[in-house]
Amino acid sequence: MSKQRKAVALISGGLDSMLAAKTIMDQGIHVEGINFFTGFCVEGHTHAIRQQDKNKPNRNNALWVAEQLGIKLHIVDVIEEYKKVLINPKHGYGAYMNPCLDCKIFMVNKAKQWIVENDFDFIITGEVIGQRPMSQTKSKMPIVAKQSGADDLLLRPMCAKNLPATLPEIEGWVDREKLHDITGRSRKPQIEMAKQFGIDEYSQPAGGCCFLTDKAYSTKLVDLWKFQGTKDYELDDIMLLKVGRHIRPQANYKLIIAREEGEGRFLEGYKKEFISMHCLSHTGPLALVDGTLSAEDLYFAARIVARYGQGRYAELVDMNVMDKEGIARVIQVKPFSEEEILKEWHV
Amino acid sequence: MIKETLNARRLLCPLPVIRTQDKVKQLKAGDLLEVICTDPGVMQDIPAWCRINGHKVVETSVDNHEYIIILEVGS
Repeated sequence: MSKQRKAVALISGGLDSMLAAKTIMDQGIHVEGINFFTGFCVEGHTHAIRQQDKNKPNRNNALWVAEQLGIKLHIVDVIEEYKKVLINPKHGYGAYMNPCLDCKIFMVNKAKQWIVENDFDFIITGEVIGQRPMSQTKSKMPIVAKQSGADDLLLRPMCAKNLPATLPEIEGWVDREKLHDITGRSRKPQIEMAKQFGIDEYSQPAGGCCFLTDKAYSTKLVDLWKFQGTKDYELDDIMLLKVGRHIRPQANYKLIIAREEGEGRFLEGYKKEFISMHCLSHTGPLALVDGTLSAEDLYFAARIVARYGQGRYAELVDMNVMDKEGIARVIQVKPFSEEEILKEWHV
Repeated sequence: MIKETLNARRLLCPLPVIRTQDKVKQLKAGDLLEVICTDPGVMQDIPAWCRINGHKVVETSVDNHEYIIILEVGS
């Protein structure tokens, strides 16, 4: 009896990796999923925090995909290891702070380590030639295979027929003729394939699932590195870049002001790490102060925060300012007008 | 059988799932794990993770913006 071959599939939660896994499962291969959490995943975090996103499905799409396919999913925390990828990408950044090629190499390398440790035979991804300008081109695909160390153990079922045969094909573990030859950015072939597989619900991954491909987020990350003086971060730093209105009136501090109730509740969890303030005399948002500031700065910051509450047109408002130890005091300030809050302060 | 508690407050998905996954690796079949979270997404994700991996959700509850899941480790 021939050995049961096993593959690990990089599952992003999008359609392509779902179809790639399904294609290989249908050839009798035992497939399990793997998903790497870098700290920059978009969807779950945004709707976990913001009230306005509550109508979206509140689920992790990678888990959902795995359940639809009936496979195990291993979610791996790579937050610490990913720092070196983002801080110093060998192949550089894409349009924003997205190090897509280095990221793909990193993830395939992690998958290679995983198959060695878990006695699996090969790796599959949902990559399609020409779908992403930085990491999914015909010239970049061999780079990923080589620099990740996966070499011919990396099979891309969605476009395999347009690539040299890999070990699973050469050894006959999978039938190359039953793999696909999709190229380009069109989603039509994938949507048609999903229909054939009877898959009628899936997330739309084309917009990207990583905050680093987002211009506004990338701007905030660059600002963080510039003003802290080093290209480094902790998980809380990158979480907070996803939340609130970020205003930096001076180099020595930044304000993170909740835009709605969900964000306010999330920021509440950081009150022991930051000075915080909110309006007492009127309804208003919670704000965190990131940085060190003088007594004069504190009044200035409070005037900014007051602008975003119901008391914005009042002559004076009472602002509650709490230090990291939980000691609060009340200061009276005149809210800034809209014009007084300069556009260049907005990060 | 033992019952352990995992504090996953303030963590956003999938981190509560990852922490649950790591904790379950240290437990035996039949043990109970109570996971306390603040991300409402866990009410979908941890049960989905349990179904995929052969564990059983025994109880879920919500208390003052905290989401509590008790699961029984499968074999």
